Amino acid sequence: MNLADILRFASGSLRGARTRTLLMMLAMSIGVAAVVILTALGEGARRYVVNQFSSLGSNLVIVLPGRSETAGAMPGMLLGQTPRDVVLDDALALLRSASILRIAPLIVGAAQASHDARNREVVLLGSTPELLEIRHMELAQGRFLPETDPHTATPVCVLGAKIRRELFGPEPAVGAWLRIGDRRFRVIGVLASQGESMGMNTDNLVIVPVASAHMLLNTQALFRILIEAKSRDSIAGAQRDAEQIMMERHGGERDVTVITQDAVLATFDRILRALTLAVGGIAAISLSVAGILIMNVMLIAVAQRTQEIGLLKALGAPPAEIRRLFFAEAALLSMVGSLLGLVLGEIGSAIIGLAYPALPVAAPWWAVLAAFGTALGTGILFSVWPARRAAQLDPVMALARR
Amino acid sequence: MIEFADVSRIFMVGEQEVSALRNINLNLAAGEYVSIMGPSGSGKSTLLNLIGLLDRPSAGIYRLDDLDVTTLDDEQQARVRREKIGFVFQFFHLVPRLSAATNIELPLILGGVPAEQRKERVAQLLQNYGLTDRAHHRPDQLSGGQRQRVAIARATIMQPAVLLADEPTGNLDQTTGKEVMGLLENLVGQGVTLVLVTHDPALGQRASRQLRMVDGQIVSDIRQNS
Repeated sequence: MNLADILRFASGSLRGARTRTLLMMLAMSIGVAAVVILTALGEGARRYVVNQFSSLGSNLVIVLPGRSETAGAMPGMLLGQTPRDVVLDDALALLRSASILRIAPLIVGAAQASHDARNREVVLLGSTPELLEIRHMELAQGRFLPETDPHTATPVCVLGAKIRRELFGPEPAVGAWLRIGDRRFRVIGVLASQGESMGMNTDNLVIVPVASAHMLLNTQALFRILIEAKSRDSIAGAQRDAEQIMMERHGGERDVTVITQDAVLATFDRILRALTLAVGGIAAISLSVAGILIMNVMLIAVAQRTQEIGLLKALGAPPAEIRRLFFAEAALLSMVGSLLGLVLGEIGSAIIGLAYPALPVAAPWWAVLAAFGTALGTGILFSVWPARRAAQLDPVMALARR
Repeated sequence: MIEFADVSRIFMVGEQEVSALRNINLNLAAGEYVSIMGPSGSGKSTLLNLIGLLDRPSAGIYRLDDLDVTTLDDEQQARVRREKIGFVFQFFHLVPRLSAATNIELPLILGGVPAEQRKERVAQLLQNYGLTDRAHHRPDQLSGGQRQRVAIARATIMQPAVLLADEPTGNLDQTTGKEVMGLLENLVGQGVTLVLVTHDPALGQRASRQLRMVDGQIVSDIRQNS
């Protein structure tokens, strides 16, 4: 019996039991669709987070004041010690490292900004010109902070898009004066609107030179130091050097935490991938349930078609042929079911994508392949036993039954 | 061509051994028309199943065309069955979802004969058995006589040397029964060996050689010239 005939025969017997076939395919396709949709969601969430992180900057290493402790309350607090402040000179000292390309110190605080009668609470960011490069920010108008000695408090500022709109409206902002706290600053640039990025909205910022921020906020302590390593390979070196330099400058005490963007990203990536696998795995259970259903239905089919099997044997079909026929039937059933499921899954993902445009919902190719493979595999695996049973039927008994 | 030497068939019924056939010795020549008669349980169907390779003897040797078929494996037996043996059953055993034409075609499909050749041979047989206008009807749309004609066409499409018929008229009325017997006997004229199992003495006596079985043994073997 050639392949075309086997397939024709199998599809004929599937068509012969229409309701049974439809129900089976439905079970199969729901299983496959569930895997596709759930992994698409998980993968979408993962890619969303990864994108957010990448937009922060590349080859980033971040220095945070204070040592993150995992063991209970901070021991320094109990001993009456507080971590030493990280100051501007600490940041500048980091440039000694061969692995570090550039750095940007960050001071963050809230401040009152006003122009004419309008006045807004803004997030004040003190930094250096390097911030633009490190954070991948873009300017809409004017220029960024001037390249001067970072210790000089030049009275200039760069505005976020929203602040500019709210304080200046249609008036030109660049060149105008802005009052921040009790000082006046000249507006020299406006940032392009970038939207939210890891909880920090650049649209709401006012950026001033770090020394000016020292005065406005009345503190020397830096909030973060952003470091850009020379290349991807030198990230680890930059992290090591940063820790070393900070320790030297703080009397041999390790009182800062240095994290790399890669490490954070990798952690998120791992967590979300595990999550995707977990939901995908749960969905795959429904596939194996569909497989058991297929087995059940095939067993019933064997019982119902005992006579037919006996006849095929009498007509000279060897056991292997009978097995192939039932295999083909199960394979066809699960193949059509899985294809249907893939279509359903893609439609479902597309609908979710329309409902949440921010989420890049798309099932990864490996999940689609896995779903299809699992469906086909379970279908065929669970038909092994029924097919064997059919092949081993005693033709005399099978034909005697009425 | 069919040669049974000391063939026995023992079934296990629970713990008990039941001998369905005891030491059968039988020789059938090519082109013979043989009927097997006897009461229920005398072993005539078991004998037919053994000849048709649907069953294996518990002891003894069965030679078909000088080939010891008892030693063949399932695969090889299936091949012999496909090429040399045709079955006609009391209950027709047509596949209900397939058309008359496809039912007739089935042995050719199983034998892997190319589609064009199949169509030709099926069309020829449909014509021979007066079924051309019924080719695309399913079995449940056919009369009993038509169904058995489809079954005979199916049994003969591979041009087997041996045709085994188990009560072929058992489910038909007298007229159709006669018609079907006519078709079968016609095949004997063409050189086919026909083995007919029946309860009906009138039917059995039409055969040129009549075997009578009781309790798993052949008790009489009558040859007559018809």
